[in-house]
Amino acid sequence: MLKILKYSFYDLMRSRWSYIYFLFYLSLGFILLFLNNDVSKAVITLMNIIIVLVPLIGTIFGVMYYYNSKEFTELLLAQPIKRSSIFLGQYLGVAGSLSLSLVVGLGIPFILYGLFRSDAIFDFTLLLITGAFLTLIFTALSFNIALSNENKIKGFGYAVLLWLFLAVIYDGLFLMSLILFEEYPLDTFSLGATLLNPIDLSRTLILLKLDISALLGYTGAIFRRFFGTDQGLIVSLSMLLLWTVLPVWRLLYKSKKKDF
Amino acid sequence: MIQIENLHKRFGKNEVLTGVDLSIDEGGIFAILGPNGSGKTTLIKSILGMVIPNKGTIAIDGVSIKNQWKYRREIEYLPQIANFPNNLKVKELVRMIKDLRQRPSEEKKLIDLFELEPFLDKKLATLSGGTKQKVNLLLTLMFDNTLIILDEPTTGLDPVALIRLKKLLQDEKKQGKTILVSSHIMQFVEEVADEIVYLLEGRIYFKGSIEALKTKTNQTNVEHAIAAITNLQN
Amino acid sequence: MGNLPTRIILFLLFSVSPLCAKTIPVCIDCTIKSVSEGVAAAADFDTLLIKKGTYKEFNILIDKPLTLLGENYPVIDGEDQGEIIRIVSDNVTIDGLFIINVGTSYTTDYAAIRVVKSENFLIQNVVLEKLFFGIYLEKSNHGKVYHNKIIGDAVDEYNSGNGIQLWYSHHVTVDRNIVQGVRDGIYLEFSDNVTINNNRSTNNLRYGLHFMFSNDDVYTDNTFENNGAGVAVMFSKRIKMVGNTFMRNWGTAAFGMLLKEINDAEISNNTFEENTIGINIEGSNRITYKNNDFINNGWAIKVLGACYTNTFTNNNFLYNSFDISYNSKLNDNVFDQNYWSNYTGYDLDKNGIGDVPYRPVKLFSYIVNRTPETIILLRSLFMDIIDFSEKVSPVFTPDNLMDANPLMKKAS
Repeated sequence: MLKILKYSFYDLMRSRWSYIYFLFYLSLGFILLFLNNDVSKAVITLMNIIIVLVPLIGTIFGVMYYYNSKEFTELLLAQPIKRSSIFLGQYLGVAGSLSLSLVVGLGIPFILYGLFRSDAIFDFTLLLITGAFLTLIFTALSFNIALSNENKIKGFGYAVLLWLFLAVIYDGLFLMSLILFEEYPLDTFSLGATLLNPIDLSRTLILLKLDISALLGYTGAIFRRFFGTDQGLIVSLSMLLLWTVLPVWRLLYKSKKKDF
Repeated sequence: MIQIENLHKRFGKNEVLTGVDLSIDEGGIFAILGPNGSGKTTLIKSILGMVIPNKGTIAIDGVSIKNQWKYRREIEYLPQIANFPNNLKVKELVRMIKDLRQRPSEEKKLIDLFELEPFLDKKLATLSGGTKQKVNLLLTLMFDNTLIILDEPTTGLDPVALIRLKKLLQDEKKQGKTILVSSHIMQFVEEVADEIVYLLEGRIYFKGSIEALKTKTNQTNVEHAIAAITNLQN
Repeated sequence: MGNLPTRIILFLLFSVSPLCAKTIPVCIDCTIKSVSEGVAAAADFDTLLIKKGTYKEFNILIDKPLTLLGENYPVIDGEDQGEIIRIVSDNVTIDGLFIINVGTSYTTDYAAIRVVKSENFLIQNVVLEKLFFGIYLEKSNHGKVYHNKIIGDAVDEYNSGNGIQLWYSHHVTVDRNIVQGVRDGIYLEFSDNVTINNNRSTNNLRYGLHFMFSNDDVYTDNTFENNGAGVAVMFSKRIKMVGNTFMRNWGTAAFGMLLKEINDAEISNNTFEENTIGINIEGSNRITYKNNDFINNGWAIKVLGACYTNTFTNNNFLYNSFDISYNSKLNDNVFDQNYWSNYTGYDLDKNGIGDVPYRPVKLFSYIVNRTPETIILLRSLFMDIIDFSEKVSPVFTPDNLMDANPLMKKAS
């Protein structure tokens, strides 16, 4: 598996898209910091970008890579290599190079700016961890979609639809149900619904740092216990981990049964 | 060497293999023939474990290949369509495959044979179809294994390369290797194959030597014999 | 004590005193062994020098102008019996005492030091622990409560008292005190012209500072941190609030400052940081908000009910989850030349003022007011889209509520 990971990663590191992605984050970091001169504001802007753009890029890149490397995969399948190693290796190659572009691309400007001397370092680290998780999750989801759809266009469409659903539509439905059932106690429901969507989950994780003042104003006991303690952080992080592991597991399971 | 029993494979509603029984002994060149869509590639891919059969067993040297992968160490496989990661150079691809297989290889000899030296530093995306096929052959044949499976090896090859390929196959055969070839070029089949496996509508329709085929169909020419066998069926 | 050198020093002191007042030492080994005895023995304007030691006393009544001076913080232990010191005379000074164990009662407000109908008092350098009420001023004017430390251990509001309480007491100065762990840090009721400066009121159950029906008071440079709520100003007029810090007042009904029925106040140069609500305003009119910093609050300003002709200028609104929240469509308040960190406009003519107005009220804050659970959707893409559409064409938010001249740089 490590060999496949090495080659996929190497392959991607040489592709133009990784550079574009990397340069995008690099310039974003520089623009935010050096035109703005305000770390706290930069962290907020970054959060918006991370919870919207990172999943989208992970999705599109995952689908694209899967379809583009189909022949390469077939070449590998004829080699004496375990199937799960091939897919896990490729997945980790894509997700790893994307995460690296994100972390390094954003990390460099922030380090140059003097992040280590700023107390925003924890928020920023959390931002990068969340971004990396979202990359892992959405790449895994898109690999799943691509694996189940031979038709490129269809696979691409489903992947973008999935992103649109989790990034926007889900929250719309969520909000509507909250308003519709406002006379019922809703804190368990809203926490549950948040945990079920990785984008909402990541957002909440960052909110725990940025908007704790507002969140602690809410009356519900479950809410307050969740946001008021480290429990929220731990639960959110483990849910993100679960969100990563489940699609990867399905990917490996499905890949074993698939014909090439 | 290879024992296949009652192999079924279905893609959706499309029944590709409907009970293939095939036994291939060690040594010699076997040509797998059949019209388009008869299941040649599916059969080959089943042997390689790339296609998972719905029913039936495949055993190599008496061991079932189900859920196995290590047996592929003994197989050299040439895929039908040679499409490689476009970012890689030929040299890197060769190094990579060697790295993956961890076997002694004689790529030098084959590079000379197919005159690939000038292309080693080129990216695969820039190569022509024929050159790609040569690279494909290089990657397959550079190892020393007892079972070689070639899916349409002649595609895109120029006459010189074709002659060299034929010679190469004969050399391998002399070393006692088992070679499975699928091809549409009857002349090529006639020249290299010891035995023919004819697939039609998902079954083995004929298995035997070229002579036996000619006798059976009363034809003197392989191409006509094949056409006749197809007609017989209709 | 009572050895020769001390007596000589004391004699010298007496002889230079223009009032001819004496200093009476109080200690365990002295002739006068308790504070009460000392008060009884003293003449007007004498000083009781209370030496280090523990005095188990309560209901000490000071009925003549005296100075009670503690040496190395003598302990007066009330043993939970009731009130400890009651001052009923003008011109009394209490200095340097350590008073503990005030009795708790549900019917009487026992205090460590109570001043009743007296003037010109000075209470300073006193440390209070294990108390019910701390320093209680009752109809006493023109006094000073200076540099005291009040450390309570209150758990429930119903059986705890206030740190410093003023009731019908005017022209009092409360300066440099530290109050923590009581119900209200400092409480004013019907007390006018009071000055409250440089105090630190933290970790109190209810409010750090609480005004009721008190007018013309000034409080400056105080810090209110982690109280049930920072400062509550209710039913009062002409209060000046300058340079205070309101921090980390977190909770359901927590705010940095609550204004209820307040008119003609001035609020300037304060810092509101990390409060659930920075300022909660109800029915308050003609208030000037100037040069305040609102940093990382849930809601910087929450306006409920009728609030008219208030002006907000030169304030900095930095990284609040919500800048302003309104519960009505009406607006009669003016927002002008504030800095808003959420402002995304531009300044083409480079005059330091944004060319497009800023609308500080988001639609989302309406939704949260209605269904609080929706707070979990804060900063989601969906909410941003909704807020944007509301910004383009206001339907739910007052369309005249905007800062037409948002600053491009922080106001200093």
